[in-house]
Amino acid sequence: MSLMTKEASETVEAGAPAPRSIRGTPTSAPVVKPTAAVTAATRIKIQDINAFYGEKQALFGVNLEIPDNAVTAFIGASGCGKSTLLRCLNRMNDTIPGARVEGRILMDGIDVNGTEIDPVQVRTRIGMVFQKPNPFPISIYENIAYGPRTHKLTSSKAELDEIVERSLRRAALWDEVKDRLGKPGLGLSGGQQQRLVIARALAVSPAVILMDEPCSALDPIATAHIEALLDELRKHTCIVMVTHSMAQAARVSQVTAFFHMGKLIESGPTDQIFTMPKVEQTHDYITGRFG
Amino acid sequence: MKQLSPASRARYFRRQLVDRVMSGLCMVAAGVGLVLLGLILWMLFSNGIGGLKLSVFTNSMAQPGAEGGLANAIVGSLIQVGLGATIGAPLGMMVGVYLSEVGKESKFASVVRFVNDILLSAPSVLIGLFVYQIAVAPMGGFSGFAGALSLALIAMPIVARTTEDILRLVPQAYRDGAVALGSRENEVVRKVVLPAAFSGILTGVLLAVARIAGETAPLLFTSLGNTNWSTDLTQPMASLPIAIYRYAGSPYPEWVSLAWTGAMLITVGVLVLNILSRFSHAAVAGKSQG
Repeated sequence: MSLMTKEASETVEAGAPAPRSIRGTPTSAPVVKPTAAVTAATRIKIQDINAFYGEKQALFGVNLEIPDNAVTAFIGASGCGKSTLLRCLNRMNDTIPGARVEGRILMDGIDVNGTEIDPVQVRTRIGMVFQKPNPFPISIYENIAYGPRTHKLTSSKAELDEIVERSLRRAALWDEVKDRLGKPGLGLSGGQQQRLVIARALAVSPAVILMDEPCSALDPIATAHIEALLDELRKHTCIVMVTHSMAQAARVSQVTAFFHMGKLIESGPTDQIFTMPKVEQTHDYITGRFG
Repeated sequence: MKQLSPASRARYFRRQLVDRVMSGLCMVAAGVGLVLLGLILWMLFSNGIGGLKLSVFTNSMAQPGAEGGLANAIVGSLIQVGLGATIGAPLGMMVGVYLSEVGKESKFASVVRFVNDILLSAPSVLIGLFVYQIAVAPMGGFSGFAGALSLALIAMPIVARTTEDILRLVPQAYRDGAVALGSRENEVVRKVVLPAAFSGILTGVLLAVARIAGETAPLLFTSLGNTNWSTDLTQPMASLPIAIYRYAGSPYPEWVSLAWTGAMLITVGVLVLNILSRFSHAAVAGKSQG
């Protein structure tokens, strides 16, 4: 991790034209021109979000537009509010006693933070993948079938089988598990488990997938698998990812937002943030001067 | 060790000595426990095995001199323990689910938890008196049902406590995962948390059954005991602990012998339940290791 960060900072300090060199992991797919992704339609409009845990304010007036068909990376030091903002998007903060979120989060013209909105409805449209892989202690098949069953998306076993296969294929896990769908999901390796829970999220066809440091518990090879997968997934979904690894943000995201002490300091195309940030603080952070 | 100063050498040897003394004391304590348990079992089996014949299981309790057995007491115990667990275990589970998944740290949950802990350590004779007041007196007589009710009241707090403890061991990540997939609170509990904790909860129920199987005091005031064959829940009902209680103090050698055999049967039953609960718990541990 520290090594990768160093690599990123060296690239930037050397004044390389673009962080292409660190994008070039062997498994990642050809890079789409970031500018093309940024001009894509806006999927989520975050408007003036303030978040509180009890008395403590965690987010201060955050405004941000998240594009569709792109990976948006939230970066920043621990405690900067990036995970809090991510959890605002699918109302996960509702489950924390004392947590309060003010402001609007517009998706398809609807304020998902509105009091009249059922958080459960929001979460079926916006999936989430956590830091530590968390398959349920049931079979691989049942893990994937959980969402479709809960929301009664299928009427027949054949249809469910199809969803399970399609989701596992999209998560690039099908070939590894197709012969043992009845085996426990917890029997898989860490990287496979993370792809399993990505497949589980995909099974309800969400428009947005949130990922909270999805690779921080994985080894470099498993990380490379997930990163390659993200590039594939973003063709059909909007992905928002919190990451501690700036090299990872540079490799997989098209848009980067930098947070510090609960404020959004700067956001923009990833190439621009990593090569010519407009704000001094962003520059200091990505060059490793603090955080 | 050569390079150590005299002071640190002294410290080193002192620590080594303390370590050995403490380990030794622990081993002695464990040994005392094992020897006592061994003696109890030996005494039970050497006195009880002689009286173990088919008539114990086929005949009801009888007058001294006649060929008596414990059939009515065994069946009575099975009925009362079975019914008691059937009433007490689900109630206890619901309390446990409430404490762990719904009430959590709320004021009301803390009160419920506190009351449950008191109930857990209440003398069982008190439970018997309570059931006497609320069931035996109004119904106009001792009954198997009242006995089962008192056993249920003993089983409930045990199951509530173990259920809460086990549910708290279920990783929060499972709940988060289920919530993030758009599950409602009751779905999270029903579809993810309870299945994950199933074998642990089963262990708690088995231990509660083992506990109530040997209870004597609450049955004295509720089902009373019965020397005749009866499976009528509205009538006094025999049970193994009460049969032992009555027979062990009697002057007739055949009754005393039956008391030993009955005690051995209960102990074997409890032992089997404990072994089963260990298996079901090992299944949980194995699963979470994945």
